[in-house]
Amino acid sequence: MADPMKIRANLVGDSTEVKVLMSHEMETGQRKDSDGKTIPAWFIQRVKVTHNDKVVLAAQWGPAVSKNPFVSFKFKGGAKGDKVTITWVDNHDDTRTDEATIA
Amino acid sequence: MRTIIRRAVAAAVLAGTLAVTVGGAFAESTADEIAKYREALQDGNPAELWEARGEEMWKAPRGPSHVSFARCDLGLGPGVVKGAYAQLPRYFPDASRVMDLETRLVWCMVNQQGYSEADATKTKFGNGSAHRSDLEALAAYVTAQSRGVKMNVALDEPHVRDMYRLGEKMFYYRGGTHDFACATCHGDDGKRIRLQDLPNLTKVEGAQKAYTTWPAYRVSQGELRTFQWRLNDCFRQQRFPELAFGSDASIALTAYLAGRANGAAYDGPAIKR
Amino acid sequence: MNTNRRQALKATGAVSLLTLVAAAGWLEPGDAAAAEGWNKGAFETHSMDETMKALGGGAPVPSSDIAFFSTPDIAENGAVVPIGITSKVAQTESIAILIEKNPNMLAAVFDIPPGTDASLSTRIKMGQTSNVYALVKANGKYYVTSKEIKVTLGGCGG
Repeated sequence: MADPMKIRANLVGDSTEVKVLMSHEMETGQRKDSDGKTIPAWFIQRVKVTHNDKVVLAAQWGPAVSKNPFVSFKFKGGAKGDKVTITWVDNHDDTRTDEATIA
Repeated sequence: MRTIIRRAVAAAVLAGTLAVTVGGAFAESTADEIAKYREALQDGNPAELWEARGEEMWKAPRGPSHVSFARCDLGLGPGVVKGAYAQLPRYFPDASRVMDLETRLVWCMVNQQGYSEADATKTKFGNGSAHRSDLEALAAYVTAQSRGVKMNVALDEPHVRDMYRLGEKMFYYRGGTHDFACATCHGDDGKRIRLQDLPNLTKVEGAQKAYTTWPAYRVSQGELRTFQWRLNDCFRQQRFPELAFGSDASIALTAYLAGRANGAAYDGPAIKR
Repeated sequence: MNTNRRQALKATGAVSLLTLVAAAGWLEPGDAAAAEGWNKGAFETHSMDETMKALGGGAPVPSSDIAFFSTPDIAENGAVVPIGITSKVAQTESIAILIEKNPNMLAAVFDIPPGTDASLSTRIKMGQTSNVYALVKANGKYYVTSKEIKVTLGGCGG
């Protein structure tokens, strides 16, 4: 089971600011190990953020997104106590879902 | 042997020349831009992922004896984490030794949780998600609990004072194939390796800024790195023999540099290139 | 997703990404065309033309309504380069980041549903000094702006 994300969701005026830190190697598939063997690509391909069942952000990523990805964005609406849910799926079909409460 | 000396001299001359010739407006704007890069990095520090793991580890029963770190005394009482890092290294009578954070964690793992020394230090420095270091995660958690606390290493305690003095000697000791001391790179203002400004650790503000920002998530490593790692890597770059993990040598240098940071607010875990 | 559900899915035999994303409610109605959910072809391109073709769009129009923010000119390490993009182009639907000199140009695409600010920041890897493109899709058309980010090396390689 993949490591949990660190999600912060804060009300800023009439918007919710979401900052998420994900734990993932984001291996490009370009690197070689000390034996000269190529380290296989392993990276998050899809990300989805929802608030009250509405998608507020969706993304497709390649391996050029940095290791331990960080994303920050804002959407209109949201109230203290609401849940923001984030899911990622990687190229191994591994997935992780975490949620945060809007503060 | 002569070739090595000639090369070493050439390298030293080159390093010296580089440090002197790059100056003026270009250097200033470059430094500004790099400062902007560092600032942009602050938002969202992957070190928090290590902190979260470390917190779980601190609280969970572990090892053959199946106990948590609740009885581990980092200097402020059993299980007390808040402010603990700011007063390390410190003399621990139960171990008859001055210890830094990692040596103290290992001591607790061995003497309370039942690990062997070998098992406790099996993965000192992590290498990807397949080779994680428990010590790095624990260090991230414990140091985070000292954020904002003023460094207060007890330099008047005789054992700590001895280590401090030994560390100071080591700081200026030239050796290895390149005849480097810590002071060679960190003993003057305005030195740089490629585009990395080197902090002058002989000045209090340089020492404070440097020590209070370790451990740090090191972008180039993709890992959370501690001060033990920092010193180990410096020794590697100086072409010194390997600095043994948790050795008195490593603790002496740590005591020296941590002591010189006294009075500054601890600011880690940070994020660096 | 909790472990039990994941194990149950695995037990049913061949679990394709499609099944997984469908189970996670990934596919919106009318999403059939993007069945697999990840545009493989778009992440294997080496030029703006190739990328635009894979994304199904024409040549993007340069726009001063797209701006970078908190994006330094020099990155001390190419492994983590902070990129912030704000689009003032009306009806922005998506923002993509392209790195010209990377092995594959497209780094990421973010879909911006109505109600979400057309402004976000993330971090990407750059193999070397390169032009970075902020590509915006708005109302079916593509717009772009770019800046050069220098990638340096610091220290002794540690």
